[in-house]
Amino acid sequence: MESRIAEHPVLGTYEKGKLVTFTHDGKKLQGYEGEPIAAALKAAGVQIHRYTQKRHSPRGIFCAIGRCTDCVMVVDGVPNVRTCMTPLREGMTVNTQYGTTDVPFEKQQGGERV
Amino acid sequence: MKRYDLIVIGAGPAGLSAAIEAAKRGAGVVVFDENARPGGQLFKQIHKFFGSKEHRAKIRGIRIGRQLLEEADQAGVQVVLNATVMGIYQDKEVLVRIGDGVEHVKGDAIIVATGAAENMVPFKGWTLPGVIGAGAAQTMMNLHGVRPGQKILMLGSGNVGLVVSFQLLQAGCDVAALVDAAPQIGGYGVHASKVARCGIPFYLPYTIKEAEGTDHVTGVTIAKVGPGFELIPGTEKHFDVDTICIAVGLSPMSQLMKMAGCRMVDDPRKGGQVPVTDAHGQTSIPGIFAAGDVSGIEEASSAMIEGRQAGIYAAAYLGYEEEQQMDAEETQLDQMLDGLRQGMFAPGRKGKKIEKTDEGIAISQNLLTRGFVADDEIERFPGVTKKAAVHPVIECTQNIPCNPCQDACSQGCIRIGSQITALPAVEESSKCINCGLCVANCPGQAIFLVDESAQGGAEITIPYEFLPVPKEGDQGTALSRSGQPVCEASVVRVRSSKAFDGTHLVTIKVPAEYSMKARFFRPAGRS
Repeated sequence: MESRIAEHPVLGTYEKGKLVTFTHDGKKLQGYEGEPIAAALKAAGVQIHRYTQKRHSPRGIFCAIGRCTDCVMVVDGVPNVRTCMTPLREGMTVNTQYGTTDVPFEKQQGGERV
Repeated sequence: MKRYDLIVIGAGPAGLSAAIEAAKRGAGVVVFDENARPGGQLFKQIHKFFGSKEHRAKIRGIRIGRQLLEEADQAGVQVVLNATVMGIYQDKEVLVRIGDGVEHVKGDAIIVATGAAENMVPFKGWTLPGVIGAGAAQTMMNLHGVRPGQKILMLGSGNVGLVVSFQLLQAGCDVAALVDAAPQIGGYGVHASKVARCGIPFYLPYTIKEAEGTDHVTGVTIAKVGPGFELIPGTEKHFDVDTICIAVGLSPMSQLMKMAGCRMVDDPRKGGQVPVTDAHGQTSIPGIFAAGDVSGIEEASSAMIEGRQAGIYAAAYLGYEEEQQMDAEETQLDQMLDGLRQGMFAPGRKGKKIEKTDEGIAISQNLLTRGFVADDEIERFPGVTKKAAVHPVIECTQNIPCNPCQDACSQGCIRIGSQITALPAVEESSKCINCGLCVANCPGQAIFLVDESAQGGAEITIPYEFLPVPKEGDQGTALSRSGQPVCEASVVRVRSSKAFDGTHLVTIKVPAEYSMKARFFRPAGRS
């Protein structure tokens, strides 16, 4: 089932920005300009935003209001960006965060902390 | 360093209300909010609010949000967005991060209206993607138009859990179950009933044993809890869900006040660490005020009143208002606030076992544990009468502060009286004109128009807020208060109007013997 709500019984249709393209881990995805990156990812079926440093366990959207930092990702090269609060823009590079970087753990140097 | 008369932190219902009152009295006011949009959580509140006219009852939160923004604009309030206040220092100096820069500003008075954050409860798998706060679900679906999941289990039966469960259904999600570890449903019975009549089962006292899945949630197991909240082996139930919503209360976000040096107190009835305040919201530091959830968890309606009080008092503190004038206004607002703090769910009565209404009627036990009033319980309430003509049937059975139904009826059919928490009663001598306003205006969707004497069966008018809106002639199934099929039903009339504000009035025809049983309609071909 499509994640986007086409029409809502109380809210009607949603005001959205223009459709833009961004990349997620190198793959092209589309979303609406100005909506949180997390909303665009959710609509595209992406659930995992990052893996924790110590236990490498997956995290996704949790509070959606910028409190919990579970949804942080590496956006345009900057780590720890709260994707639930950060508006989507054309051409953004959004990468899964492994610990504190977008380099998967198996490719990280031993003991490296970025 | 910029200097303001008043700095308000948080542009939610409390902060905006405070800013409006202070600015109207001549104070120069700036509001900082860390979000990209003002309004706090109001724009996620798509349901109609409880209370009375003066509390903006029967108006949806989103509309109240728009009204507040307009008022703030007219009063000349400056709202700075994407502005995170990082600290309050000595002499009311404030550091605020705006975009990538940090600004140093000073206020002669400060109102902290930072609101609250959701609580969490840990269980195995609770960090998996797919376990989300109920507020997060609201944000995703109501603000951004994205369903948080397809099939959802809700933990928590307070008003947030109940209201968000209903909103999930409105967004087109499936709700598998509503679960609470408490022995009784925490929120209003009318909110529970809206969900129950859609067929959503309640499990009490149950809690989550485990969220299943490796990369994201693929299922959940719940189990019954004993008196010490321990899981009882052998009572497990499994649900295939992709999302688990957690609605287990809120905690005040009071860190800024603690940092400022305000005297704090840990008050479980207020939700955690709150500043010690006087009757006007002033903290132990003169000129620093708290309003809304940050000073104790309540709801948006009371937050708006507290905000207004703090705004007026701050204006007086700054010399923009005479004390006498202030006292008169404060008294009026105190009365409004008192009105909201009465009834069975009043702050002081939380968690207490209540067996009878103020009228002395036994409370429905089914409502407290299963979310609906049973057939053999409903007829003892004063809103439920029988008549050989169309008349309102008001299934409002708990003392809650709400009275729009009384104002809605121009014919005097509905009586609550001056005590806002009294159960609505139907005046049998008054003549219902079938206008439907009571049905549409009831924030609890607890009023039905019933006509047992209609030709060819009983006609029942129900409030309906789902898509697609049924059409005249549609066939389907009438559901009971518990969401069970009771009989076939056909739609004889559908009314939609601006005055109904998004609530459609669907009149169904059922065999006369089901007039007191059929309370919802499921169109043919839908599950």
